[in-house]
Amino acid sequence: MLPVLDIKNLRVEYPLANGGTLVAVNDIDLTLRPGEIHALVGESGAGKTTVGNALMGLLQAPGRIAAGSISIAGKQINTRTGRTEGIVPGRDVGAIFQDPMTSLNPLFTVESQLCEGMLAHLKIGRREARARALDLLKAVGIPEPERRLGSYPHQLSGGQRQRVVIATALACDPKLIVADEPTTALDVSVQAQILKLIRDLADERRVGVLLVTHNMGVVAEIADRVTIMQNGCVVESGSARGVLTGPKAPYARTLIAAVPPIEIRLERLPVPSEETPATLKARESVRSKSRVSAESKDDEPVLTVRDLCVEYGQRSFLPGRASAFKAVKSVSFDVKRGEIFGLVGESGCGKTTVANTIAGLVTPSSGSVHFQGVALGARRKKSLRQSLQMVFQDPYSALNPRMRINAAIAEPILFYRLAANAAQAREDAATLLEAVGLSGQAGERFAHAFSGGQRQRIAIARALGPQPSMLICDEPTSALDVSVQAQLLNLLKDLRDLAGLSMLFISHDLAVIRQMCDRVAVMKGGEIVELAETETLFSAPQHDYTRELLRLAPSLDRILKTENTAA
Amino acid sequence: MIRIISMRLFQAILVMIAVTAVAFIMFRFVGDPVATMVREGASQAEKDALRATLGLDKPILMQFVEFAGRVLGGDLGTSFRYQQPVAELLMSRLPATLELVLVATVMSLALGIPLGVLCALKPTGIMSRIIQSATLVGISMPTFVTGLLLILIFAVNLRWLPSSGRGELVNLGGWQTGFLTISGLKAMILPSVTLALFQLTLIMRLVRSEMIDVLSSDYIRFAFARGLPRSYIYGRLALRNTLMPVVTVTGLQIGQLIAFAIVTETVFQWPGMGLLFTNAVGYPDIPVLAAYLLFVGFLFVMINMVVDILYTFIDPRLRTK
Repeated sequence: MLPVLDIKNLRVEYPLANGGTLVAVNDIDLTLRPGEIHALVGESGAGKTTVGNALMGLLQAPGRIAAGSISIAGKQINTRTGRTEGIVPGRDVGAIFQDPMTSLNPLFTVESQLCEGMLAHLKIGRREARARALDLLKAVGIPEPERRLGSYPHQLSGGQRQRVVIATALACDPKLIVADEPTTALDVSVQAQILKLIRDLADERRVGVLLVTHNMGVVAEIADRVTIMQNGCVVESGSARGVLTGPKAPYARTLIAAVPPIEIRLERLPVPSEETPATLKARESVRSKSRVSAESKDDEPVLTVRDLCVEYGQRSFLPGRASAFKAVKSVSFDVKRGEIFGLVGESGCGKTTVANTIAGLVTPSSGSVHFQGVALGARRKKSLRQSLQMVFQDPYSALNPRMRINAAIAEPILFYRLAANAAQAREDAATLLEAVGLSGQAGERFAHAFSGGQRQRIAIARALGPQPSMLICDEPTSALDVSVQAQLLNLLKDLRDLAGLSMLFISHDLAVIRQMCDRVAVMKGGEIVELAETETLFSAPQHDYTRELLRLAPSLDRILKTENTAA
Repeated sequence: MIRIISMRLFQAILVMIAVTAVAFIMFRFVGDPVATMVREGASQAEKDALRATLGLDKPILMQFVEFAGRVLGGDLGTSFRYQQPVAELLMSRLPATLELVLVATVMSLALGIPLGVLCALKPTGIMSRIIQSATLVGISMPTFVTGLLLILIFAVNLRWLPSSGRGELVNLGGWQTGFLTISGLKAMILPSVTLALFQLTLIMRLVRSEMIDVLSSDYIRFAFARGLPRSYIYGRLALRNTLMPVVTVTGLQIGQLIAFAIVTETVFQWPGMGLLFTNAVGYPDIPVLAAYLLFVGFLFVMINMVVDILYTFIDPRLRTK
């Protein structure tokens, strides 16, 4: 059988301004048969997206195919132009992009975006195109397809949009689909549906799917074969089950080991680099300064949240006509001293709103928040604000790009008068940087000089500056690669043990929650549906929704388990 | 949709009340109208009598309400200088300005949008560099210099086009139009080109920067990944997304042009509203100035409303809710 995609010795280069070249993809071989899903896995910068772009003829301007060959359905890509005689992107290769919120044009209807490809590539009229569009919407499982043809993207949910994107990819019956992180921007329950859809379409229509992803759970869920990439090279390739259960290359092994397991709680996640003596010394100095002694761990709650309600709404001039959206409905929980308390739920469930309310960024409509026995209102004493610090989700936008790192870290230290003078504050900043595993000299640089994981370390160092007794971490690792995530999770655990910090830890990733938290609350639609000790919650979930979430979370372990039962 | 429009309407009324109040205050504080109206050496009793007939002895709020009532009824007072109702005066000058602005706007959009797209598609090409530097000259040269240069070349040296006035006009039910005669059209060319040059540059640069942003967006990359024809991607998918700010700016610019085409109208002796306004400032003709203020306020409020409504046509996201 003719492979739908055959890549041989592919090399993609970007000429650099200084005359050198950056090799983005180096000597890649890959074959994809009809109906097969082949996952291309790696961390950011591994070159996996570049491979997808190369075969769709979408390489950005200076980038070029330097060597090797790509053939799609037996037809060769001209490596000089990046295009193929007889192969048209859209008609013969379909594309699915990562974020369904931005890959559809907001100003055009679903029908227009579905039909334009067919009108351009197939010699059919508008009426026929519309009929096909309707069939496609049915095939991807969109309810009320007739009505949805006339909808605009903003009227659809994220999952529905991704279904529309898949429908456009299928519109001209391509033999090959390149799906670049197709479910990364989606909630677990939607992710499960979309993955199933892709699997079914591959089976029924005999389409080959090149699945670019960084999520091992997704690979375990649907891929037949997998190729692991690092720095533009293939480190391991083989059947998905074989590679995931018994990786041979050292990098593949660390990468798979860094994935936090959902089935079992580990003391620490295995990461290659451990702490240096400088780090340990810096941490000792952070501990000695900490105002919370690690020993005073008792059951007295640090944070008490009672019947918290938050409403967002538009006020109307007519009384009683205001329409309010209840983001948080009567939420109550305690966080004990030295405890990591998890909040888990899908997007829109209100978990971030709870965090923002506690941090004082959102005003609650009713309910109370007590921190260290004092009610938190809109106006707070400086000492309370100091004790409660926050780490945000996106490390790229959380740091001021025009501030040197040590100035950014020293700023809150000076604000709370924790250092005698600016020089001392800078010294403290350097110690904090070492405590989070960066070098003290890193502070002289600006945020753009650091990777995502390093930036998140800086954000944590900044939050530790005011010597808080509690950290609010809102999805601190969701923007990061697995190996970086593992390092950061270990770091946060160390800091808790070190300084007796309490943490409110927010995540949508159940595996991360299991690794990190002592107790967990599951939120849905603004309410807590289940609150329990982490181990209890994972071993014996009580609420249906919790069970549903656990069942749908893509996991590496499932593939291992099914193999065990098979054996 | 109805909610948005009614909201805008409500805001517009508030703004108009504020503008009317300013116009009213202008009457009150720029000289005493009684003093300018009575004959010399009038007795205090005569002055008081006039004050009473004009209603100036009433409480100030009452006077304001009456003033607003007169304005609503279309009575903007009588010009001190021309001794003509101001409303009539404005109406006689309005067509000249509106026609000029219309031609200038169409010209700047018709050239500015394609040039902007061209510059966005080939940002480093020779063509776009030439266009960019040429229009930079256009934007940095004051209007009166451009106007005088054009007069010097096309009217004085080449004698192709008239240097001033509107040429022959045709009266269409009270609207004096220059569109229907050759000399009217010829007279329109130089002033409208002068007026359009600045707009053209503005719109071109706006389209260019907006288009560059849109071209790097995911949905355009997705369109390329689907192999759609380039002309379709640029001309339809990308262009519509760039038009939102262009609509805003064009709307505001039309307002600017109508209200402040003063320099161009002066240079070309174009009998429009700008010329009326400059003369009124020199005199000083308070009723004309006040009416002009009201008119400009009304114009901007209306244009903003139209722009908001146009938004909802271009962007479906604004339609729901």
